[in-house]
Amino acid sequence: MRTIIFLLEKEFAQIFRNSAILRIIFVMPIIQLIMLPLAADYEVKSINCGIIDHDHSPYSRKLIAQIEASTYFKLVDYEQNITGAMTNFEKDKSDIILEIPAHFERDLIKEEKSNLLIVVNAVNGVKGNLGAAYISGIIRTFNQNIRMDWMNFPKMSPVPEIKIAPIPWYNKLMSYKNFMVPGILVILVTMVGSFLSSLNIVHEKEAGTIEQINVTPIKKHHFILGKLIPFWILGIVVLAIGLLISYIIYGIFPVGNIFLLFSFAAVYLVGTLGLGLLVSNFADTQQQAMFFSFLLMMVFILLGGLYTPIESMPDWAIMITKFNPAAYFIEVIRMIVLKGSGLKDILPHFFAISCFAVVFNVLAIWSYKKQV
Amino acid sequence: MNWAIEVKDLTKKFGDFVAVDHITFSVKKGEIFGFLGANGAGKTTAMKMLIGISIPTSGTATVAGFDLNRYPDKIKQNIGYMSQKFSLYEDLTVVENIKFYGGIYGLSRKEIAEKSNKLIEKLQLQDVSKSLVNSLPLGWKQKLSFSIAMIHEPSIIFLDEPTGGVDPITRRQFWELIYEASEQGTTVFVTTHYMDEAEYCERVSIMVDGKIAALDTPEQLKLKFNSNTMDDVFYQLARGAKRSDN
Amino acid sequence: MKQFIIFVRKEFFHIFRDPKTLIIIIGLPIIQILTFGFALTNEVKNSKIAVLNPTIDETTTKIIDRLNASRFFEVQESIKNPKELDAAFKSGKIRMAVVFQNNFQESLQHSKKADIQLVADASDPNIATIVMNYASSIISDVQNELNPNFSIPYQINIATRLFYNPQQIGAYSFVPGIMAMVLLLISTMMTSLAIVREKELGSMELLLASPMKPLVLILSKVIPYMLISLFNWLIIVILSVWLMDVPIKGSFALLFFVSLVFIIAALALGLFISSITDSQQVAMMISLMGMLLPTLILSGFMFPIENMPIPLQVMSNIVPSKWYYTIVKDIMIKGLGIKAIWKETFVLIGMTLFFITISLKKFKLRIS
Repeated sequence: MRTIIFLLEKEFAQIFRNSAILRIIFVMPIIQLIMLPLAADYEVKSINCGIIDHDHSPYSRKLIAQIEASTYFKLVDYEQNITGAMTNFEKDKSDIILEIPAHFERDLIKEEKSNLLIVVNAVNGVKGNLGAAYISGIIRTFNQNIRMDWMNFPKMSPVPEIKIAPIPWYNKLMSYKNFMVPGILVILVTMVGSFLSSLNIVHEKEAGTIEQINVTPIKKHHFILGKLIPFWILGIVVLAIGLLISYIIYGIFPVGNIFLLFSFAAVYLVGTLGLGLLVSNFADTQQQAMFFSFLLMMVFILLGGLYTPIESMPDWAIMITKFNPAAYFIEVIRMIVLKGSGLKDILPHFFAISCFAVVFNVLAIWSYKKQV
Repeated sequence: MNWAIEVKDLTKKFGDFVAVDHITFSVKKGEIFGFLGANGAGKTTAMKMLIGISIPTSGTATVAGFDLNRYPDKIKQNIGYMSQKFSLYEDLTVVENIKFYGGIYGLSRKEIAEKSNKLIEKLQLQDVSKSLVNSLPLGWKQKLSFSIAMIHEPSIIFLDEPTGGVDPITRRQFWELIYEASEQGTTVFVTTHYMDEAEYCERVSIMVDGKIAALDTPEQLKLKFNSNTMDDVFYQLARGAKRSDN
Repeated sequence: MKQFIIFVRKEFFHIFRDPKTLIIIIGLPIIQILTFGFALTNEVKNSKIAVLNPTIDETTTKIIDRLNASRFFEVQESIKNPKELDAAFKSGKIRMAVVFQNNFQESLQHSKKADIQLVADASDPNIATIVMNYASSIISDVQNELNPNFSIPYQINIATRLFYNPQQIGAYSFVPGIMAMVLLLISTMMTSLAIVREKELGSMELLLASPMKPLVLILSKVIPYMLISLFNWLIIVILSVWLMDVPIKGSFALLFFVSLVFIIAALALGLFISSITDSQQVAMMISLMGMLLPTLILSGFMFPIENMPIPLQVMSNIVPSKWYYTIVKDIMIKGLGIKAIWKETFVLIGMTLFFITISLKKFKLRIS
């Protein structure tokens, strides 16, 4: 027991002296929390729209005006024909093209129907989808208004109408940052927990001090605890700093129980630390440890539902995410911060990461050999 | 019991390769025992077994009174070790290193403080006691390493090529420390390939191709091999070696 | 010349004697391709939804069935009480709830209107928008079917065509990004680490003291990683085309040439990094923080650059991978030629020269 205290004293002395690590621990959250959400703005604004108007009628002009008035769209050109518009497409100057056919207004009034063509630049899938959705919405509204003009609605409405009201809950302002920032916090914590910790241990291996430790009577589990505890503490500290920064810069304050969040983080950290230790047992050099941790982190993050929803993944990928501890934490942190979910709601997640914590650490301790 | 270390048929194989081939020898208590051999002869591997970080393939040994195969942990409590890389934490200060290793070996904080002061005074490190180890010159690091390895007053101390890379005067100073420890009853087990240091030992064993090719006092060995220097003794033995620097 | 080959061989030995790193380097792009190509998509399907329907009638049943039948949705549960909605969302079981008003069909027939609320979990606001949109259009379709005799007058029909990525496959926009990232990892990070390691071990001095010209020395360190990068690049191309049907609409030769330029730029960057530090750890951190992260974030492959605040957009211009990404996309997916990409290519070449010049200068400093 006392040995652990001595180990901790040594570790902290080393950590605080290691400016590289310190810089990472404090600068990284700031950079990631500031740069990432600013960059990761999937919130679609200013979709560049090219318009080809073959009709030049009051209606077509009205429609164009309405699109122009929308905050989502930025009209970039009025081309005469589709070829010209397509060139802009290729240059990525426009994301979406609306072609209004000749006789648009005439057909609408006389034949009571008319066609419009939307061409979407689907290279960027999200923008494509959303762009099409938004412009369809504007066109529909435009359509409704025309109908009302011509049909004296309120009194006699022969057509029964279902009114659909979309109502967002929990992130009422639909801010994408509220969605991203908690997820980024998970990345931060994971980095400290597995990445930094594995680098640290391998560094000792490379320096030869591990051999010295193995000759001493230090028990295996004491040594491991002595390595894990400092990074566990650091992980919690980073989470706290991260939450603080999120609040100060983005005004994000967890709706749910902060203590619950930290409890979950505590168990999660134990798991990732175990994983870090496991990696370091098999890596001989810092370069190997780094590359492997990096690989793991990429998989964790990408397959963890940070940017793309897990439920959209193919079944085999969903299966994999069940074994990804980060996926659980990403989900839980969003649940607690945005929705105020409680212990009851996250019990299954708690159970899962507890299992991870146990399994990884057991494997790590078992594979750490003081003897060869 | 007069023997600090008793080794019988100790063997270490790596697959088909026999690094250490059934060696048998004993080291007296309080003795300064030189464990020599060319590079690749197997001496570091042998030593790693004795200090409990490498599991023997076969054979037995008793170190500091404990059976190697059964109680490696008890052995570790009673031995000290100084590795080739000196194994001090370069990014900790002198004092912090002393404190750490003292604590690991179970010394109380009071004991650590006392020993720390004594050690620093003896090695004259007062001016650098709060400096990081990586700022010290090599010779100082070696002496510090040795002293720290002795901090818990072990009955045996294992030294793996402790004097590499320093001038002869510094080496000599290091050996003063070894003498002192031996006088106080500590058994010193030292590997080296400086043959002049072999002369400082009470008895010397020379490993060739994984076996012990000779074991005796330096004087006896020189007589036996008709040489004036240990250098020559070594040359004669190692000349026929199949395993050499790889 | 012969010396040069010897040194190149030595470097290769170093690399191949570290099988663990090698496996990771080769494995990384493969895993990323599989992940991005098959697993990641912004498409929405199988969204779990709940239904709150106080009055079960023909119309509501029809709507619910239609929603359930679509691949976008999966009706998970039926809620009786609005108070349960919150709990259902909080437990993460559903993404959206379709809430019908009381006596839906009756109201529709007699009052000619009925309300449906689409309550969505806006934690992920984009998915929420898309999901609500899909639901709206499905419900609208049902509404149209309900009134077969009333063809809605003054109807504007919207035809939507998707260009370049008609199946909305995520792979198209991700693959160029993976290429950039992997090439950077190998060419920049590993090169810089290899050189710094020699510095740390002290053998750099030894090499400098040898009769080899410094330029040749550097080249010998760099060539092996260039070859490995090219090899990896080929793997990525083969996997993308073969496994994921990512097209190479443009000229392969052009693609190859441009990638070569990028690799050289990355190598130069690696040289630059190795010239400003002597410690492996620092080199690693610089590579990661200073290079990989910006690549991920600012190159445009994960997040659209035009959405970023201006300062970040400006910053993204310094990131070599941003230029490379644009070029690859243009060639592979849009099938464009030199005319379209010459500007970006020049930028890359310019960056390369810049890095090489600075590295050489620092190197000369060291020797003197």
